[in-house]
Amino acid sequence: MAERCAVVGVGQTLLRSKRDDVSIPGLVREAAKAALADAGVGWDDIDAVVIGKAPDMFEGTMMPELSLAPALGAVGKPMFRVHTAGSVGGSTALVAAHLVAAGIHERVLTVAYEKQSDSDAMWALSVPQPFSAPLLAGAGGYFAPHIRAYMRRSGAPEHIGRIVAVKDRLNALKNPYAHLHLPDIDLKMVEESVMLWDPLRYLEACPSSDGAAAMVLASEGALGSPAFPPAWVHGMAMRSEPTMFAGRDQVSPRAGRECVADVFGQAGVTRPREQIDVAEVYVPFSWYEPMWLENLGFAEPGEGWKLTESGATAMDGDIPWNCSGGVLSSNPIGASGMLRFLEAAMQVRGQAGEHQIDGARLALGHAYGGGSQFFAMWVVGAAKP
Amino acid sequence: MSGAEAGTQPVTVLETPIHLDYVFTPGIAQSIFLRGLARGVFLGQRCPTCGKVYIPSRGSCPVDGVATDEVVELPDTGIVTTYCVVNVPFAGQAVEIPYTCAQVLLDGANISFMGLIQEVPADQVRMGMRVEAVWVPPDELGPSLASVKYFRPTGEPDALYESYEEYL
Repeated sequence: MAERCAVVGVGQTLLRSKRDDVSIPGLVREAAKAALADAGVGWDDIDAVVIGKAPDMFEGTMMPELSLAPALGAVGKPMFRVHTAGSVGGSTALVAAHLVAAGIHERVLTVAYEKQSDSDAMWALSVPQPFSAPLLAGAGGYFAPHIRAYMRRSGAPEHIGRIVAVKDRLNALKNPYAHLHLPDIDLKMVEESVMLWDPLRYLEACPSSDGAAAMVLASEGALGSPAFPPAWVHGMAMRSEPTMFAGRDQVSPRAGRECVADVFGQAGVTRPREQIDVAEVYVPFSWYEPMWLENLGFAEPGEGWKLTESGATAMDGDIPWNCSGGVLSSNPIGASGMLRFLEAAMQVRGQAGEHQIDGARLALGHAYGGGSQFFAMWVVGAAKP
Repeated sequence: MSGAEAGTQPVTVLETPIHLDYVFTPGIAQSIFLRGLARGVFLGQRCPTCGKVYIPSRGSCPVDGVATDEVVELPDTGIVTTYCVVNVPFAGQAVEIPYTCAQVLLDGANISFMGLIQEVPADQVRMGMRVEAVWVPPDELGPSLASVKYFRPTGEPDALYESYEEYL
């Protein structure tokens, strides 16, 4: 990286089933204003805006970013839209960080959002086409067979998914922004919830949320006087691969393995479980925690579920994952990836409140999307790289 | 309208269903696949470099980046590599829930595609289960996967896990 880049401001909206108190422009503006306030800067201090959301078909409005420019103070400024399906919130943050690292801009506002109550994601992800049978039932229908393959491959017992479903919802109780607050959740409640995409039950799947996330990224010379110390970017990378090719590992995609190797290489991470203090990883369905533990090198192949079962990924474990409650507790699709990146930054800035890991110095933010074919990750730290 | 009127609520959300008609242009490779379906056969294509057989083929091998111009006719039989049982309703759903949605790997193919499994209770579907395609009657065949009604078990012994592990 040519120029150092840091997160100096973060903002998120309340993540809820229906934010019918605001329009989409109002929603993105709410997150952006919070990020500017946290950074201690105004609209005039922003050089460019980078925005992302899930595919336009969700709302049936093409290129919505054009009409959002006024709400984001972007009129007359460079504005850039990013598209990488569910990983888009992460990729959007990375495009913004690249603009700073490349020395093109000093201070960039990056925003991601989804208003699922104004859209129909299930329909948009299940459109019939002549070359495929009309069977796909949303993202859960796509990922459930791969989860079954993971269970077969690893020999993991079936209660592992329920452990993740409970852990992340208990974490969400410590996060006032989180959509799901289920104080009574336990393994039994998850086990008794309705089977949606066998082997995935209702409470092992993410909710459908409205919400937006925003960050102000700055170069070393434009840090200003933010409310909390900067979170420095120590490594960042994106990778993608085709959704379908012969011999593709759909349980542990190569693009994910290569992406994390690149990011950890930049950040000097060789023993992630020891060196990373906290991780925010895109887990929309419970089983993706053990699957990504293996894909990201926190556990050997086939061993991820043992880490989950041991409690290592709980807030009091040695490698806490998704202290915010994660995607399992809030899923404003386009914003979900950025929330992972933002929550990682909050941890190393010491501003995560009740879900703060004391003394967190190095954190991983991760997002994936499409048919597990887009990956975006960064490592942020309290120390200047 | 005043929301305070007895028995009324202010309108906050208006649903406006929309539709879009479009013409699908499949291109050369997918036309071969779709025309095969219209006469009740599975047509894939082989990569000249790695030898893998793709169905449906997009006309090039995603690994080697070369044209897959050798057409290969595949049988109606194959295996279930993995599957899920769909029990969630959504707008425009074409099949009654619950239904078993499987990844079917045809014999001789190197990639699976999604297929409906019927004539067997959902809780008896297995990874590695041998299945065969059931086509619609000849006068209903057309250039789409709707020509395949579903796949059903053949009753043969299951494939060994090791034989299809690389397709998961």
